[in-house]
Amino acid sequence: MLKFANVCKRYPLTGDVLRGVSFHLQRGEIAFLTGHSGAGKSTLLKLIALMERCNSGEIWLDGQKLSHVKDSQIPYLRRKMGFIFQDYKLLHDRTIFENVALPLIIAGYGHQETTRKVRAILEKVGLAGKEHKFPLALSGGEQQRVGIARAVVNKPPIIIADEPTGNLDPELSEEIMSLFEGFQQVGVTVLIASHDIALIERMHHRVLKLEHGRLFSV
Amino acid sequence: MKLRRRKQTQEVKVPKQAKPLRQEVKQNRAAGGTAKDKLIICRDLHIQAWFYSLLRLGKTPFASAITIVVLAISIALAGSFQLLLINFQQIAGNFQTSAQISLFLRENINENRARILADTLRKNPAIESVQVISKEQGRALFKTFGSFGAAIDMLDENPLPVVIEIMPKNTLDDDGQIETLVNTLKQRQEVDFVRMDMEWLQRLQAIMAVARRLFVALNTLLGFAVLFITGNTIRLELNNRQEEIMITKLVGATNSFIATPFIYSGFWIGFFAGVLAWFIVALLMVSLRVPVEALSAHYNGNFHLLFLSVADSIKLILVSASLSMLGSCLVVFNQLNKTNPQ
Repeated sequence: MLKFANVCKRYPLTGDVLRGVSFHLQRGEIAFLTGHSGAGKSTLLKLIALMERCNSGEIWLDGQKLSHVKDSQIPYLRRKMGFIFQDYKLLHDRTIFENVALPLIIAGYGHQETTRKVRAILEKVGLAGKEHKFPLALSGGEQQRVGIARAVVNKPPIIIADEPTGNLDPELSEEIMSLFEGFQQVGVTVLIASHDIALIERMHHRVLKLEHGRLFSV
Repeated sequence: MKLRRRKQTQEVKVPKQAKPLRQEVKQNRAAGGTAKDKLIICRDLHIQAWFYSLLRLGKTPFASAITIVVLAISIALAGSFQLLLINFQQIAGNFQTSAQISLFLRENINENRARILADTLRKNPAIESVQVISKEQGRALFKTFGSFGAAIDMLDENPLPVVIEIMPKNTLDDDGQIETLVNTLKQRQEVDFVRMDMEWLQRLQAIMAVARRLFVALNTLLGFAVLFITGNTIRLELNNRQEEIMITKLVGATNSFIATPFIYSGFWIGFFAGVLAWFIVALLMVSLRVPVEALSAHYNGNFHLLFLSVADSIKLILVSASLSMLGSCLVVFNQLNKTNPQ
């Protein structure tokens, strides 16, 4: 599903951030990406999200080479990924329904299908009946669940989560992680960047550790 | 931990090959499959963006109103100048009779030959109308010139020649054509001499040419003003909605998808500015109508101020909306190409 082959990323000011990173995530696999601040976690996620391009090496997503993709193809490739953020990144002037429906509208689904899919996913993440509320009217955990619903509503084959439990207490973090495991059951690959060592140890999934730009599998 | 991981791997049924899921295929088809799908999606998105952009404009009524008023003033200036030109042309048209050409025929040319010549001249495409003034008609006309007119009665014979008066076509538009016509007429054997105040006509034509140039220059400048004012408004709107744009890009929106509501915002701004400009011009004309017509009456004139025709009014609004859309378009795509999610 996701393959990194000897990927290097260098910034003019900070120098090498990723040095020969290689790993392979299978379809339906959950993996944690961990490491200290500045280890290169964010850069690695940016390379997958096509916010940055690598200097050398190859990145493959779902059989497609990302390192040579044209700019015009980036939006279509991003539709194959679901992004979840620590700060949720919800649109505060739109309702929960509108936030979750956004990827479907972009992908060109009709009104009826969008409504059906949004209701189904909101029910799955435990937010049924809150479609017409605005994000700020929800708790942190609920907002993160909206973020997750938005990320998976389009049924992407891979989910990239950047510190998804960073702003949540341990109980809510467990809930969010069990949601990810639920997606794993249907063949979705999940890559979670996290600092939360305790959570990582509790979950017993593959761990990719970055140290000074080099990757170690734990 | 290793044991647990193996157990987990056994539980999950992982497909051997990276075969696309059924939902993915559907999504991709919906996102850009058949031409019919594309058309339906495109139509729905445009309708949605059309109304959404209007709604957004209403959410910031004060800022939107300021932009619309500024644009309306610029467009009203262009519209007023156009009307000024139209009315000036109307006044100039009233002076057209002064551009007539008088052919004084040779003494030996009688009225019958003059009429034959007149019939020949009528076939000339450069001539609007031809009128023969016989010797007797000329004499009667001469007599109307006060005490000097009576002097003609003291002569035994009528010394006045037969005169043909010609009204050329395109009097104001093409002085070269008139000059060619005058030269052609001079060469006719029947004609003794030709009289026409070309200098006056040339001056009038020069004034009209200057006015037209000014109109084009002013309209071009005001057009650019509309382009930049709308562009700047949309740029500010884009800056205010950076976060939203980033998120939308991250969930797979193309630049065109993001740009559409902004371009429609430009359309609405231009459309409302055009309508407001029409009202400003109308108000200006209503306030000028009475004094201008009173002034015309003092000169025994029958001058009526002309207003923008229905076609001109529609053109004013459409040009305003189009320029505004173009301004938005240029800024939005320029900004979106520079914007990358962080």
